[in-house]
Amino acid sequence: MCTYVTEKTAVDGSAKGAAGWFRLSHALAYVDHPYHSPYEHTLNLDFIDPAAGPSARVAVELTPASARELVRCIESALEAAGEAAR
Amino acid sequence: MYTGLIAEEVRVTGHEGLEINAYLARPLGPGPFGGVGVVHHMPGFDEATTEIARKFAAHGYMAVVPNLHFREGDGGKAAPDDAAAASRAAGGVPDERFVGDLAGALRHLESYEEFSGKKGVIGYCSGGRQAFLAALSLDLDAAVDCYGAFVVGNPPEGTSLRVTPLVARTGELRCPLLGLFGNEDKFPSPEQVDELEVALEQAGKTYEFHRYDGAGHGFFAVDRTMYRPEAAVDGWQRIFEFFGRHLGATSGEGASA
Repeated sequence: MCTYVTEKTAVDGSAKGAAGWFRLSHALAYVDHPYHSPYEHTLNLDFIDPAAGPSARVAVELTPASARELVRCIESALEAAGEAAR
Repeated sequence: MYTGLIAEEVRVTGHEGLEINAYLARPLGPGPFGGVGVVHHMPGFDEATTEIARKFAAHGYMAVVPNLHFREGDGGKAAPDDAAAASRAAGGVPDERFVGDLAGALRHLESYEEFSGKKGVIGYCSGGRQAFLAALSLDLDAAVDCYGAFVVGNPPEGTSLRVTPLVARTGELRCPLLGLFGNEDKFPSPEQVDELEVALEQAGKTYEFHRYDGAGHGFFAVDRTMYRPEAAVDGWQRIFEFFGRHLGATSGEGASA
């Protein structure tokens, strides 16, 4: 199934895409059929800058289990960094 | 079956007169050939969709696929997956724009001497809903809805898609409809397919539904894990029988379709 639910947030940072580094403006997260991963559904992340065109995009497709583990890792890394990550 | 085909990118005049790119696959021969507008799925104007167009051409149809993500996809220059992501982020393809782009793609067929004038549409996934919308909006001879979501029912809370259900407009349907659905799909669910069938029945429309056990959404997609060969093989047979009846099929060299 297509879930159609898309979470979108503004982000500040950079990503490296097919044409090199670019500044990010937004990130999207949604569970849907992947484009490339050999699974029925994946947690898909798009890191984008629409102002720079549709190709300014880094796409990631993760299994739900690995996406949850990634969330845990991100939170753990931020926690460990203490003041530096506030 | 036609073994000789021409498949190429063409420019067509879409919604509000904008020239967009489209993929056209047509059989070699004098015709007359019926036309099929192929509506791509949410992942966009991709390789899998062009394969579908070539399959129709091999079966004696002129198949045209308008790039519905032309505008978000940097004028057709962006990769299909990037264009699809940009379209998703923008809330999907607006209905009015879709109808204009498809109408322009079908109008393009009129410039070919071998075109019979008969026009059909087929769509997959989000394109299934759009095929139904086209059948409400354009003078077509046949329409095929392959597991189109939100013909019945609204998108779930939190979706960025700006689409509305169409079932209340079933009375406006202008041509026979073939519907192909997986019983394990959630969008559309079997209950939503039931609701659409009741609406078609009540409106006295000509339709034919086939539902497949063991198949969910996207069972025609040969490059994805949801591919279900039994449902897809039967589904393709139903499609060619249906289009054969309503659009006419011209036998190709060597063998019949």
